Amino acid sequence: MNLENSIAEHLRAIPRSGIRDFFELVQGRDDVISLGVGEPDYSTPWHIREAAIYSLEKGETSYTSNFGLMTLRREISNYVEDQFDVQYSPDDEILVTVGVSEALDLAFRALLNPGDEVIFHQPCYVSYHPGIVMARGVGIAIETKAEDKFALMADDVEKHITDKTKILVINFPTNPTGAVEPVEELEKIAALAIKHNLIVISDEIYSELTYGDDEGMQRGEHVSIASLPGMKERTILLHGFSKAFAMTGFRLGYACAPPILTEAMMKIHQYAMLCAPITSQAAAVEALQNGAGPVEEMRQSYAMRRNLMLNRFEKIGVPCFSPGGAFYMFPDVREFGLSSSEFAFKFLEQENVAAVPGSAFGEAGEGFVRCCYATAIDKLEVALERMGDFVERLR
Amino acid sequence: MTDPILKQLQKNSKLSASDLAELLGRDEKEIAEQISQFEKDGVILGYHAVVDPEKTGNSGVTALIEVKLTPERGGGFDLLAARISKFDSVTSCYLMSGGYDLAVVVNGETLQEVARFVSEKLSTIEGVISTATHFQLKIYKQSGFLAHTESEGKRLAVAP
Repeated sequence: MNLENSIAEHLRAIPRSGIRDFFELVQGRDDVISLGVGEPDYSTPWHIREAAIYSLEKGETSYTSNFGLMTLRREISNYVEDQFDVQYSPDDEILVTVGVSEALDLAFRALLNPGDEVIFHQPCYVSYHPGIVMARGVGIAIETKAEDKFALMADDVEKHITDKTKILVINFPTNPTGAVEPVEELEKIAALAIKHNLIVISDEIYSELTYGDDEGMQRGEHVSIASLPGMKERTILLHGFSKAFAMTGFRLGYACAPPILTEAMMKIHQYAMLCAPITSQAAAVEALQNGAGPVEEMRQSYAMRRNLMLNRFEKIGVPCFSPGGAFYMFPDVREFGLSSSEFAFKFLEQENVAAVPGSAFGEAGEGFVRCCYATAIDKLEVALERMGDFVERLR
Repeated sequence: MTDPILKQLQKNSKLSASDLAELLGRDEKEIAEQISQFEKDGVILGYHAVVDPEKTGNSGVTALIEVKLTPERGGGFDLLAARISKFDSVTSCYLMSGGYDLAVVVNGETLQEVARFVSEKLSTIEGVISTATHFQLKIYKQSGFLAHTESEGKRLAVAP
């Protein structure tokens, strides 16, 4: 039996993740300094872990409502209103999911008919395009550029809108670039969404991790597209606990959307997942009630490491724009005449430092590498020293 | 809000002005001046390493002493507290609310040494009504640092 042929055609069309190849190579080596992660270097703050333990001790081990615990949805509603200035009803506009990844998949599957087009910006998180294809949609990538600080330009969006366009996916601050979207541009994009009757899926998982002033010690402003006039009714706002609260392994996210869309996503969620794990939900309640302090502490610590990285990139003469959010630097390595993949593989081989090739985040990432600075300062210093030696040899 | 320089030095006093300048994205000279100003003004009282005595092999003794005082006319508790604080063996001294007045932390080489300090020095001071001495048995956390750290979970080397 040819099992290869038994795999669904649209799934076969999705290439193997570039990150996986790189991961396997890194796995085979000892003492690698990794700038290749996509998660905080903190364990979840203790008060949150302790709340999860307490919940288990109390015997909270059952299913919850498909939508998630009502207490959690109320907390989410308050938090989202506070952070994003949009109101969502805990009754029928909030769905608790297994990470933003699941919420994204639900959104695509709930909305797309075969052939519907989805516009997204690249370089981007690795799931967007495959998620669209798995939901039988057609992904239309718009390249964001280093000269625009990887912001999405409304003019570019407009050029790619056709009569088949149904969804626009945006992710600011952006993984892998750390870009933030200027409000003027966001407003223009919102106007386009309204004009062309698009639904916007806005992945705002890094929204707490923004760096306002040049030094980034103050938090930057984050404007959610859902908060702009006329946008709540056509936006699915995705957020979760992984990044700001350092809770990646808890796998907990949520979608906020108008009731009809929430209900549609819930329909898939109830059959595919039933509900998010109750222990993670209990932890999330604690995170929202008492987590603001630790979140700000972590943000400031990322801000300092960002300053350090910017300074060191400048010293070794590798151009890198100053990212306004997330915990990634996206330096430009085009001058060395290597593909980003060759650059990353050679850098790993010669210096034992892992940085993810930009091409893993789409063609638009070619010529760049993603360096995550959510790593101990002494390691960052060594990693950048080694990059200095490495590029010196390439020059 | 705590000054960002102070905040970082309180976590790690080994950070140099140049480290801080890089981390906070500020000018090194300006940071150095600010630090010496903090030192002059007594905002920064000192720097020290946080040591786990159990691992050094020299087993000193630490006691927390609850002290009740008769406040003095004019000086309140301050004069007595200052007098007590000046002993070298007193490492910390706080005025407390509640059942007693001063919490005095005392270090000594032996139990006898601390006991002698309490009976001969502390309780003989005029104004000291009573003392209750509690010897420290084990350190779990000291000045913000856990004494026994478990290994934390490991991250994957590469993740999306």
